[in-house]
Amino acid sequence: MHSICSQATTLPRSNFAFDSRSPAVPISKPVNLRFCGLRKEAFGFSGLTHSCSSRVRCSSRGHSKKISASAENNGTPPKSFDYDLIIIGAGVGGHGAALHAVEKGLRTAIIEGDVVGGTCVNRGCVPSKALLAVSGKMRELQSEHHMKALGLQVSAAGYDRQGVADHANNLASKIRSNLTNSMKALGVDILTGVGTIVGPQKVKYGKVGFPDNIVTAKDIIIATGSVPFVPKGIEVDGKTVITSDHALKLESVPDWIAIVGSGYIGLEFSDVYTALGSEVTFIEALDQLMPGFDPEIGKLAQRVLINPRKIDYHTGVFATKITPAKDGKPVTIELIDAKTKEPKDTLEVDAALIATGRAPFTNGLGLENINVVTQRGFVPVDERMRVIDANGNLVPHVYCIGDANGKMMLAHAASAQGISVVEQVTGRDHVLNHLSIPAACFTHPEISMVGLTEPQAREKAEKEGFEVSVAKTSFKANTKALAENEGEGLAKLIYRPDNGEILGVHIFGLHAADLIHEASNAIALGTRIQEIKFAVHAHPTLSEVLDELFKSAKVKSAASSHGLVSEPVAV
Amino acid sequence: MASPLLSNTTISFSSSLSSSPLPRLFPSVSFSSIRFKSNPRRVLTVRSKIREIFMPALSSTMTEGKIVSWVKSEGDVLSKGESVVVVESDKADMDVETFYDGILAAIVVGEGETAPVGAAIGILAETEDEIAEAKAKAASKSGASTPYAPPPAPAAASTPAPPKSTPANAAPTVTEGPRKTVATPFAKKLAKQHKVDIESVVGTGPYGRITPEDIEAASGISPPKTNVGPTVVVEAKPAAPTKATVSSFAPSSLPPPVPGSTVVPFTTMQAAVSKNMVESLSVPAFRVGYPVTTDALDALYEKVKPKGVTMTALLAKAAAMALVQHPVVNSSCKDGKSFTYNSNINIAVAVAINGGLITPVLQDADKLDLYLLSQKWKELVEKARAKQLQPQEYNSGTFTLSNLGMFGVDRFDAILPPGQGAIMAVGASKPTVVADADGFFSVKNKMLVNVTADHRIIYGADLAAFLQTFSKIVENPESLTL
Repeated sequence: MHSICSQATTLPRSNFAFDSRSPAVPISKPVNLRFCGLRKEAFGFSGLTHSCSSRVRCSSRGHSKKISASAENNGTPPKSFDYDLIIIGAGVGGHGAALHAVEKGLRTAIIEGDVVGGTCVNRGCVPSKALLAVSGKMRELQSEHHMKALGLQVSAAGYDRQGVADHANNLASKIRSNLTNSMKALGVDILTGVGTIVGPQKVKYGKVGFPDNIVTAKDIIIATGSVPFVPKGIEVDGKTVITSDHALKLESVPDWIAIVGSGYIGLEFSDVYTALGSEVTFIEALDQLMPGFDPEIGKLAQRVLINPRKIDYHTGVFATKITPAKDGKPVTIELIDAKTKEPKDTLEVDAALIATGRAPFTNGLGLENINVVTQRGFVPVDERMRVIDANGNLVPHVYCIGDANGKMMLAHAASAQGISVVEQVTGRDHVLNHLSIPAACFTHPEISMVGLTEPQAREKAEKEGFEVSVAKTSFKANTKALAENEGEGLAKLIYRPDNGEILGVHIFGLHAADLIHEASNAIALGTRIQEIKFAVHAHPTLSEVLDELFKSAKVKSAASSHGLVSEPVAV
Repeated sequence: MASPLLSNTTISFSSSLSSSPLPRLFPSVSFSSIRFKSNPRRVLTVRSKIREIFMPALSSTMTEGKIVSWVKSEGDVLSKGESVVVVESDKADMDVETFYDGILAAIVVGEGETAPVGAAIGILAETEDEIAEAKAKAASKSGASTPYAPPPAPAAASTPAPPKSTPANAAPTVTEGPRKTVATPFAKKLAKQHKVDIESVVGTGPYGRITPEDIEAASGISPPKTNVGPTVVVEAKPAAPTKATVSSFAPSSLPPPVPGSTVVPFTTMQAAVSKNMVESLSVPAFRVGYPVTTDALDALYEKVKPKGVTMTALLAKAAAMALVQHPVVNSSCKDGKSFTYNSNINIAVAVAINGGLITPVLQDADKLDLYLLSQKWKELVEKARAKQLQPQEYNSGTFTLSNLGMFGVDRFDAILPPGQGAIMAVGASKPTVVADADGFFSVKNKMLVNVTADHRIIYGADLAAFLQTFSKIVENPESLTL
């Protein structure tokens, strides 16, 4: 019954959306623009036909839903469904999938038990970018040497902690409302409550204390995301022993903070805290800092981001016990050797940030109802994000995207996976190439990468019997970087000299996160070096670092370039 | 940290070694014996070689390179293929590896400095024995510019060698470290940069941790002027602030060192003593001496000695009891405008330990009885030896006692430690011929005590009255045992 009520509220809105569009007579263009503007991860499939179909859908929609609602009342397996697609979890992954589903003409609902936007918008990428923007500016202002070199004079830089915290919070709310509005405007039903799969194609949702609603859908996407992972023995009190969830609120800036884990999250927070005057101690279980980065990039990053800053580190150690500060005692961290398990040291610091990664949030999803067993909490999926049950068979109509499947725990990867799923359920087979998904760490300067690291590429080459070459360029030679007085940086290309295939690109330097897309697009579209090296870059821009990188690669002449660019075209 | 005495000795030894441009200062036997353990094979090498590490040409266009950082420090053992130094060329930063095994004897071109391609940037010695020779070579290489002279050296040259009689002089506030050394990341970095032995620095930060300011104080440099979140930039020359400070501390008017003289940089503790002593010059101090007859005290001492009572405890107790009656002598002048009357009477007693100077504090010495006080003193001395004194056990003194009587010193005066109102210097008790009021001669044991006080708060009459009381207590020491 509740579902009928929700129809009643959504129906006029849909009509409104329809009406607002119809007066614009050359329909296709404005509609198209609007779609693109709302969805940031646009693949750009929408065209005239889509906008037409959405209009048709809008008008017919209420009718079909009424039918389905009555069908549900019979208690029989649904012959027609409330929705074509239900997405559980309104994070960036769910949002991306929902928008693409609407574009493809699917009746779509999204279930969210917490706030729209998920981790990324509320407790992750978005607020952390606000803090990092502050840290970047603080760094510049504090660097007397840098300022002097530019001929600037600035009196001592200071900050107001609450002001910085508010900036992060405001950004999160703004992006959250953007996300919500974009879905509402397109007619995605936002169902509030915790979603549970109760059977094939059937999902229950409801707020605590309210009767549950059951909705049916042809296809279900699980996009429940993740929560900070806290190893056992660590007592998180939210004040002195914290996770990224707490740290992003910036309720305090401790004099000395230990960061457990030196991956993306840890590195970014070290950038924020040191810029705000804290000293940082990294605790890393592996033998070197920044595992997962290309070793050469990691080494350079350590030289720039760690060594000259007020940071020290313990590598090859586990923090077995972390006790929050209380009774006038500091936070204590007991370390053991990661290999021998012998006690190694005890640290006393003012605060500890646990950045040991993220754990999938899949409890209460009702996976047992469809015979799915999680692996370390992750939902097992195949390369098309189709969920695999306990017997290794595919579960029909259930997909899992984003952090919950653990394939690549990045917001934009989740979104891309969601779009891939929507493509599949609308009849176009699609397999996402994860090697074309870029990743970035927003330190100052930034680190970004796409594809394989050099050791990974060499291993693959060994197995498959091809040759690997590496080309590098420095930001030191880039005009724009030098103009900014930010010449520190390196771009590295790993490629096959025999055919010009790009295997991986790693960038450390000013605006690296924005620069990586030329490389990731090339990998996604299969563009070869011999083709892309003819693409023109505006001068002077940082993107010339990549231009130079592609030009410095030595592809064997046998690999003929056959792209458009090789054909002279008179314009 | 497990056996602090041993390990600390080793650490300070090697650190002062590496910071000293003239290692011959130390007996070569013990010097090499340390290395023998780590690398016995090398000692047997007959043919010796000293090699230069050159600035490499990292690209075809490179004419000079900047040293980004030395991965290894002087004295480090290198093996072939290891990264030694990071060089910045016109293109990128590159790790430079060594082609030979050996010991990095000297760094010729310091971090942040530039050298042309092919120039020697470091000296590699094959064995321990050649280090001195290599260093000499390095010195000639570095020439007039002296790029990487250890910063403390010029400072040491400007001051006479630390007096050996430091126990008597005063009580520095910086002494041995507490149970476990906790230093913040930046403090550790600074300590390495300024070659400060972190074990010898006393932390003043939260929970007694060593802060960057402590290291700056210990290394005798003042913190940079712009201290608002000072983030060291990559390109910043790490040695620059030190050099600037050093040169400002060493005015050109100093006489050149006598040829053949040996320059020994201060250890951290010596630097702290030096700093405190210079600081004491800002206090207008004066001295009052007083002879005290000790026959009764000596008799009492003989009596209570078997019970574990020491002369230090007796004197501390006597001083504390006298201070009860003269609170002004127990006060201090913090701001030059007011008296700070201390509610407790905490007697700091200067003690020479391991060539250094510490002032363990007998807290509430007026309230504890002689036996407790003696016991407490024993504990403090043991803790001091084990470097386990807590900060409040060496920096909470309100009055200091320094006794050189056991060495036969008959009189001396002490320098007032910063933050205290008075310090008492006690000489030896000696049989002295005295004439009493009636003209009768007799022989009495007399000792001379000399109190140095801050005249802003303690005047001559105050000290005289205090000394009179003290003398009475010592001459009638029964009250000490009550």
